[in-house]
Amino acid sequence: MSKRHLLALFSNFDEAEAAVRELRGLSVKGFNADKDMIVKSPIEHPEVEEFLGDKPVYVQWFTLGGALAGGLLAFFLISGAQANFFSQIKGGKPVVPFPPNFVLTYEMFILGGVYITVLGFLICAGLPARRSPLYSAKVSEDQIGILVQADEAASSTLKAIFTKHQALEIQEEAGK
Amino acid sequence: MKDIREDIAWAKINTDVLRSLENPRKLYWVILLIAIAMIGVAVGCEIYQYNMGMGVSDKNNSHVWGLYIATFIFWIGMSHSGTLLSAILHLMHADWRKPIYRFAEAMTTFSLMTAGLFVAVHLGRVWQIYYALPYPNGRGVWPNFQSPLLWDAMAIFTYLSSSILFLYVGMIPDLAICRDNMNPGWRKKLYTALSLGWEGTDRQWRNFRVTYLTIACFLIPLAVSVHSIVASDFAMSQQPGWHITSFPPYFVAGALYSGCAAIITLFIILRYVFKFEEYMTLPILKKIVRLTFAIAMVWTYLNLIEYATVWYGHDQASKDVLIQKATGVYAPFWWTMNFCGSIVPLIMFFRRFQTNIPVLFAVSLLLNLGMWLERWMIVAPTFSHGYYPWTWDSDQWPSLIQWGIVFGSFGWFTLLFMVFCKVFPSVSMYEVKEMVYHRSLATKKLEATGKLAAAGKGAH
Repeated sequence: MSKRHLLALFSNFDEAEAAVRELRGLSVKGFNADKDMIVKSPIEHPEVEEFLGDKPVYVQWFTLGGALAGGLLAFFLISGAQANFFSQIKGGKPVVPFPPNFVLTYEMFILGGVYITVLGFLICAGLPARRSPLYSAKVSEDQIGILVQADEAASSTLKAIFTKHQALEIQEEAGK
Repeated sequence: MKDIREDIAWAKINTDVLRSLENPRKLYWVILLIAIAMIGVAVGCEIYQYNMGMGVSDKNNSHVWGLYIATFIFWIGMSHSGTLLSAILHLMHADWRKPIYRFAEAMTTFSLMTAGLFVAVHLGRVWQIYYALPYPNGRGVWPNFQSPLLWDAMAIFTYLSSSILFLYVGMIPDLAICRDNMNPGWRKKLYTALSLGWEGTDRQWRNFRVTYLTIACFLIPLAVSVHSIVASDFAMSQQPGWHITSFPPYFVAGALYSGCAAIITLFIILRYVFKFEEYMTLPILKKIVRLTFAIAMVWTYLNLIEYATVWYGHDQASKDVLIQKATGVYAPFWWTMNFCGSIVPLIMFFRRFQTNIPVLFAVSLLLNLGMWLERWMIVAPTFSHGYYPWTWDSDQWPSLIQWGIVFGSFGWFTLLFMVFCKVFPSVSMYEVKEMVYHRSLATKKLEATGKLAAAGKGAH
């Protein structure tokens, strides 16, 4: 069955929250709130996460991996280079001195952590991305948007819910 | 007084900030022209130095660093406050950082870029700068991983690239606003590309929050390490006046100090030029001033500790350098440094000057003059009075070429900074909205509990 996209715009979070709560409690064929609903807001809004329910964030695992990889890469690259200096006269000093190597390892630990965190962010947030089939610039200004995807049959129910919660505008587009 | 009015419409925030990308006051163009003229002076001096050799800068065997490295440290220091303070205040949920952090982070980025120029200028043979790159087998140049100079290069690269990423990631939601509101043209294309298709979905915001927080956590120790490592360039040598244990915290405090003073200067300029009076408010300025005052006192304490350590340590060579600073050819600059760094900030103690814009503008410039002199007074006197007697008669006044290049670096920084503020939003729109939203929620809460009416005054 073909899918239909709906974007409802609300002037405040209270109305949007009420609509989302009703959509989450809705049991209608062709619409699954967990998969088919996206909430768009102009600010980072903790309440959105509360009323959408807990969703996992994996960026910190990228951070851990990046930091460890950066630190280890630095230490072994430096130590490897120093081991190649073995032919040089070291004057009794250690070939791989740990205290000075720690400084560069520390810097690369941070560098790897930051770079891979940003990479993780792009992957986890799905960026770069193409625009959604329905988009309103009002969402980046002062309105909160709820984008849903549902079967043709379910769309009228969803529209009724949006209207009930005083959506300012409902945009509609047939999906592919 | 409130940091910001809670009844500002969100659409107005967008309009006001976006207007700054198109219609600044005329002073903007005057500043830009002056900056370009200053760069012209520096370019002329550099071309002359390039053609004639390093002798024209009056650098010699004892004065191998001169104003170039002193100014390099100054710009590294200046970079400190932007990203570091932004990260610390973000972790502490200090709402008042929101209208000012963007330009402070940009200040960090452009200060570091300006500092990097001095490494090349100081080397003289800029066409052979690739000799300094550490790839070990070509030409037998072996990188010395034990050298603080190499740590320095690595730390600054890490700080610069991480600061750029921090600035960029924090700007993505605003770039999307620019994309949505600009007329077709090069700007729209630029914002479309840089905003990466951001739409403000719950998934994007969720990951954005964790990412921004994580980078902030990394940047705090990184920023401290950067200036500690710059201090190590001096403290790990055996030179009198430099071989001091307290140098790293002293450098970090000095860096924060000059950065905060620069934030005050730029705050005042941007507030006027881009008509940001509603966002860069006087209560926020007051908070920055108080922070700067506290850091000034920390710096003064560490400065005095350094003098006391040298004096009571009885290392004769170090003591001679200190005496020479206070009584020798550099004495006027050394005393001016102490005056600007420790006495001038006392003005900020008085409440009526904490929001007096003309006074604060003058004070912030004097503070940075003091901080620049501090770096010069670290570098030059030691070279004039080292362990070797042949250095003792080499007090040096830098040549006009050195002065010209240093002068031009301020123009270079100003040009980069002002162009950035014209192309990208220098006030974070989405975070100011958050600030306004939180304030309005707090007011509503107070109104609901009736406390507001009982107190007979505003929420804050």
